[in-house]
Amino acid sequence: MIAVNWHTCFFFLLALVACASAVAVVVTGDIVRMACWLVTALAAVAGLFFLAGADFLGAVQLMVYVGGTMVLLVFGVMLTSRGPFVSMKTGGGQWIMALVVGGALLTILLQAALSVPEWSAPERSQAEAAVPPTATPLGMGLMGIRVDQPEQPNRLLRRGMSGYLLAFEIISVHLVVVLVGAAYLARAKRRIEPERLQLHDLKTSES
Amino acid sequence: MNLLSEPIGLPHYLVVGAILFVCGMICMATKRNVLGVLMGIELVLNGANLNFIAFGSPLLRPAGGGSLGLDGQMIAIFVIVLAAAEAAVALAIALNYYHTHLTVDVDQGNELKG
Repeated sequence: MIAVNWHTCFFFLLALVACASAVAVVVTGDIVRMACWLVTALAAVAGLFFLAGADFLGAVQLMVYVGGTMVLLVFGVMLTSRGPFVSMKTGGGQWIMALVVGGALLTILLQAALSVPEWSAPERSQAEAAVPPTATPLGMGLMGIRVDQPEQPNRLLRRGMSGYLLAFEIISVHLVVVLVGAAYLARAKRRIEPERLQLHDLKTSES
Repeated sequence: MNLLSEPIGLPHYLVVGAILFVCGMICMATKRNVLGVLMGIELVLNGANLNFIAFGSPLLRPAGGGSLGLDGQMIAIFVIVLAAAEAAVALAIALNYYHTHLTVDVDQGNELKG
């Protein structure tokens, strides 16, 4: 009787769901089904985040991606489709080219991932590793204080330990500007058909 | 059952991230719908995020040291925020494209002959 490592079991389950959903996103032609498979893939990736000890990031992934971005995407699908089943076929040559390039890239990436022997053995076993909650260190790091690295013995490295306050400011302003710009771009414009435009011109010239 | 009893390491996460990345790239290359291309971008960003999380995880710390620590999760937060902003802008552009072309097929937008 082999003791089953439940961490490994859940990892393989979630990895299988994530990879199968990603492949389903690629092979599905219908855009709404693609969105549904993408929801499954993103939720499985959030589960993988939880398994890796990143609890705050998993929650953020669930809320921002599965909750926010997917609602945005589905509304985009609803606003831009003219019929219930719009399908756009891709030519066979494009599929073959994409599969060849993707297969080559996957080969390179897998070879790189499996080629470092230090990575394959974790330092500690997962049973004895204590994973602290990460929300407080992340928040303090964004405010500019690195509570996870209280002292850095190397003086040169200590200069870079000032946290992520500047990056946080930059990304906040970036998000505000981008959302205002997106609202400006996507505002409802009245489309004027050419024949109605000519009628309008005629009326104005008569009067 | 040897596979299920051993602890997982960094390469497991890297393999999943690589598969997500390649799926997203193929999705970007083959879909003709603008929103399909956008979904491919989301997959690519998630694959990269998974690598950052794995490199920063305390559970998967490699034997020789050199873990990203909390920096990996910090970078992943920034990637998620940038992905949300990018999705908003890309959807606004897709709506404008639909208003001018009455379709979301990217092959129809070839007036510039690029």
